[in-house]
Amino acid sequence: MNMELSPDFFAVAYLIATMLFIYGLKGLSSPKTALRGNFAAMLGMALAVVVTLIHPEVKNYTWVLAGLASGAVVGVSMALKISMTAMPQLVAALHSFVGLSAVLVATGTYLAHGGVESLSSIARVELAIGSFIGAITFTGSLVAFGKLQEILKSNPLVFKGQRILNLILALSMVGLTVHFTLTQSLLSFALLTGIALALGFLLVLPIGGADMPVVVSMLNSYSGWAASATGFILNNQLLIATGALVGSSGAILSYIMCKAMNRSILSVIFGGVGIESAVASVAASAAGKGVKSASVEDVAFMVENASKVVIIPGYGMAVAQAQHAIKELYEILTEKGVEVKFAIHPVAGRMPGHMNVLLAESDIPYDCVFEMDDVNSEFSSTDVALIVGANDVVNPAAKSDKSSPLYGMPILDAYKAKHIFVSKRSMKAGYAGVDNALFYYPNCSLVFGDAKSTCESLVTALKEA
Amino acid sequence: MSPTIIGIYVFVLSCYVGYHVIWGVTPALHTPLMAVTNAISAIVVVGAILVAGGEASSGAGGVDSIWVSAIGFFAVFLASINIFGGFVVTNRMLAMFKKKK
Repeated sequence: MNMELSPDFFAVAYLIATMLFIYGLKGLSSPKTALRGNFAAMLGMALAVVVTLIHPEVKNYTWVLAGLASGAVVGVSMALKISMTAMPQLVAALHSFVGLSAVLVATGTYLAHGGVESLSSIARVELAIGSFIGAITFTGSLVAFGKLQEILKSNPLVFKGQRILNLILALSMVGLTVHFTLTQSLLSFALLTGIALALGFLLVLPIGGADMPVVVSMLNSYSGWAASATGFILNNQLLIATGALVGSSGAILSYIMCKAMNRSILSVIFGGVGIESAVASVAASAAGKGVKSASVEDVAFMVENASKVVIIPGYGMAVAQAQHAIKELYEILTEKGVEVKFAIHPVAGRMPGHMNVLLAESDIPYDCVFEMDDVNSEFSSTDVALIVGANDVVNPAAKSDKSSPLYGMPILDAYKAKHIFVSKRSMKAGYAGVDNALFYYPNCSLVFGDAKSTCESLVTALKEA
Repeated sequence: MSPTIIGIYVFVLSCYVGYHVIWGVTPALHTPLMAVTNAISAIVVVGAILVAGGEASSGAGGVDSIWVSAIGFFAVFLASINIFGGFVVTNRMLAMFKKKK
């Protein structure tokens, strides 16, 4: 490949790839254009890879092609096998790969060039930053993966002196970056990468529970910044631009998630909702007041005679794999002339938009699935609100009880419906560990049992009726 | 302008573009958005290819060359998982969002 291709040729090709990525993201503004957008992004990636392969700096193809091919096999088989319920784990795992890959690129570039020649101090700073952002993304995503896969406890893990320790680590990382910039020493490069790896673990460990969607979005953003930093190392504008697109995407998603939980990004990062405060409040309200329970037949009777039913799915639906039974429920009710809508809270599930994907998987048309702000005004004219596996996002304590840890969080106003049925396995508190005031409302009844079997027997009961 | 300053220009302007494009994404597609941004952040593959296929990796760099090759290979491998895994899973999800009537 000794063709004389000018640097401008590569720059233009990379510019086209960047434009294809932007066009691809733009496609996601509507489900109608989304597939085309994804295709454009694929094209952009293919262009970027092919053009890089003919770059004059690439002289040895064995390792490159072996890496691409084996990665393709693993990636495709993973993507085809994964269940939609497990999507958050997959995304977390993929983030960790980008992070590690960025660390390896920084290390490899350093070994290839820094071993023999003296690098400029700007190049050294870029290497150090590229390596530590990648390292934090890598281990942080591993912890998130572990929590989502339930290998690790999803509870926030907080210990004494944690913040001080993180601060010391962060400061020594900065110190080593300065040292590396001055000396180009391999030892300080290795140490700062090692500390960044530890920091990634420590930063995500204390976050958990209901904050998981924020963590996943935040790591999404980090993986973008890692790609940008790699772009600075290589002076490659494609990487810088693409990384910035991904980084801002993750940042916006984190912001949306935080807003939907009425939490500041700082309070999420410094973690710990859901343990201390929750215990007391469950004990306090479960005593005294009673909850009503209803049988499946009661629910069947109510929904059949309703004119408008709103179904509120939550992560419990995903765990029970109840989305297909809900689809049948949707069909049979629609046939009987009942208007059925789905209401989705921004933080339902464990990553942004998770519920929408699960409902789409079971073939529920997306035009009867509504976001919180669009559907909240409708609850007062709703006959039956059916809550399947959601909990904290319908807790009216978030509006009224100033002592509740959920206070201030925007909720789905299910409590305004004439009748509320909650499909629930037990009286256990929700993901945030907070008792739900809704269960004690006079218009609310609980249907105990697995979400899937409840929905299935509901369908059977409706068929017989 | 030094390459770093050009880089900062590109970076800042891309953040603006990203900001405006991402706010336009419908919330229903936030999960596919994450999956596809995941796939495109695997653009680090460009750097990985340069490491794995570079001069140092073909033996000219001295003692470290086998290390550089191994590191480069692994970097390409991980990025490639992301590219293929990310795009395929996004495609799978988006194919589900069809209007049924």
